Amino acid sequence: MGIVKADKLTFEYIRRDEEGNVDSITTAVDNVSLEIKEGSFVAVLGHNGSGKSTFAKHLNALLYPTEGTLWVDGMDTSEENNTMSIRQTAGMVFQNPDNQMICTLVEEEVGFGPENIGVPTDEIWQRVESSLKAVGMYAFRKASPNKLSGGQKQRVAIASIVAMKPKCIILDEPTAMLDPAGRKEVIDTLHLLNKQEGVTIILITHYMEEVIDADYVYVMDEGKLVMQGTPRTIFSQVEHLKELRLDVPQVTELVYELQQSGLPIKDGILTTEELLQELERFR
Amino acid sequence: MSIIVDKINYIYEIGTGFERQALKDVSCVIEKNEFIGLIGHTGSGKSTFIQHLNGLIRATSGNIFYEGQDIYDKDYDMRKLRSKVGLVFQYPEHQLFETDIFKDVCFGPKNLGLSKMDTELRAFEALRLVGLDENLYYQSPFDLSGGQKRRVAIAGVLAMKPDVLILDEPTAGLDPKGREEILGCVQHLREETGITVILVSHSMEDVARYVNRIMVMNDGILMYDDTPANVFAHYKELEQIGLAAPNVTYIMNDMKKAGWNVDTSVLTVEQARDSILSCIDQNVYRK
Repeated sequence: MGIVKADKLTFEYIRRDEEGNVDSITTAVDNVSLEIKEGSFVAVLGHNGSGKSTFAKHLNALLYPTEGTLWVDGMDTSEENNTMSIRQTAGMVFQNPDNQMICTLVEEEVGFGPENIGVPTDEIWQRVESSLKAVGMYAFRKASPNKLSGGQKQRVAIASIVAMKPKCIILDEPTAMLDPAGRKEVIDTLHLLNKQEGVTIILITHYMEEVIDADYVYVMDEGKLVMQGTPRTIFSQVEHLKELRLDVPQVTELVYELQQSGLPIKDGILTTEELLQELERFR
Repeated sequence: MSIIVDKINYIYEIGTGFERQALKDVSCVIEKNEFIGLIGHTGSGKSTFIQHLNGLIRATSGNIFYEGQDIYDKDYDMRKLRSKVGLVFQYPEHQLFETDIFKDVCFGPKNLGLSKMDTELRAFEALRLVGLDENLYYQSPFDLSGGQKRRVAIAGVLAMKPDVLILDEPTAGLDPKGREEILGCVQHLREETGITVILVSHSMEDVARYVNRIMVMNDGILMYDDTPANVFAHYKELEQIGLAAPNVTYIMNDMKKAGWNVDTSVLTVEQARDSILSCIDQNVYRK
């Protein structure tokens, strides 16, 4: 079984009126079945309100399925006894780094998690050191989190999760508030963690460029899983993505525009190098 | 009809150990109906700068003139300035609070002391300008999508009838289509009403597509103030300060290096397409 396995996962937000009668039901996740391999880098796309975040919150048992089953590392998330170990297996990083910082020093921030689960002091320091090194923030260990840039703060937030030694990290739009350099720092860090430590990465994003190097992409719409495949197969379907309120990387869009003008150029180009190679034919 | 910023400096926590200069000798002239993009890495002084423009922060030194009047004059009406220079903060949807959308948009003009009729007329006008579906006007703002909520929040500022609209990262957290809707709405608004727009953004692609002038802040200094094409020509310097150029700029520069005679100053995918096609023999691709 993969690190994450969903079988017909459905989640309904039920709204009730003052008497407690059901007022309306919104199906936020609708019959989603998927399996994510351990050690892979997976991206989840979908417009605002498509159910991505609701799905993500299931992955570390912040929400439980209304119907269907979700297993994280073989543990059923709807079993209350599993909650604590699921949260240690799958860590979550949110959009706004400022909402995730509580300590006065970077190293205390990173040590906070392990301390709370009763890790011995010596090991806490080892974990703080190795996780800060893993995200390239060790030099800032004595700094105050509020003196850091957005990208640095978000990397500290990632280090805090890494210190919990999770097998899987879920990131819900971690770059939405960052400048271009900060975005690059965060995405590079995630790839490094994935390659060197073998951590499974599940990245939710609205920036198509960040998805190019993922192993696999899921696209959600109205709570359903509507597309899945490698970035190359997903981004070949420019029109379908635009219908889903999404987009493609600018290189791919340029290729699409050239095709529309009648240039016989192949589908699914994701990088400038590929484009240059392909264009050689027309020189 | 303009804003003149004359050598403003701003120092946070002056006289304490935490003293930090956020703005250094910033000067510029903002003309009516301009569409300006303000970019800079986090902490570069963008937000501090825009808060000066409607008097939320007072410069440590230097002057700001709004329509020829010094806003730091003793008898200057600061309240009026704040209704003329509308500021939409990041995540403005967090500021929605009323039971229905229409009431929420009425809140601003009501506080200006306008009559009920004038207030409501302004609210209708503002909601029309942001293109929100009329069926939604009397629904709770909390049932809307992220992009819709944000448009309601912008309508709340527009109902104050500002001459200048400043938006601080209005597209953060929105899906690509939502980004396009917000910026398309702002562009349309500017054309229809003649309003001046200042857009703070971290998306170089968005800035390149919409604005006609870019101001780049770095460590409190206004580093560049020029047309998008001229600013993005400095893409290497922009990278040094945590920014970048739109992706098409990189594509076109790489093509140029590979020996294609393409225009590296293009800003959008459509312009890039045209420039590439102009280098290719038309017999190869004409249908």
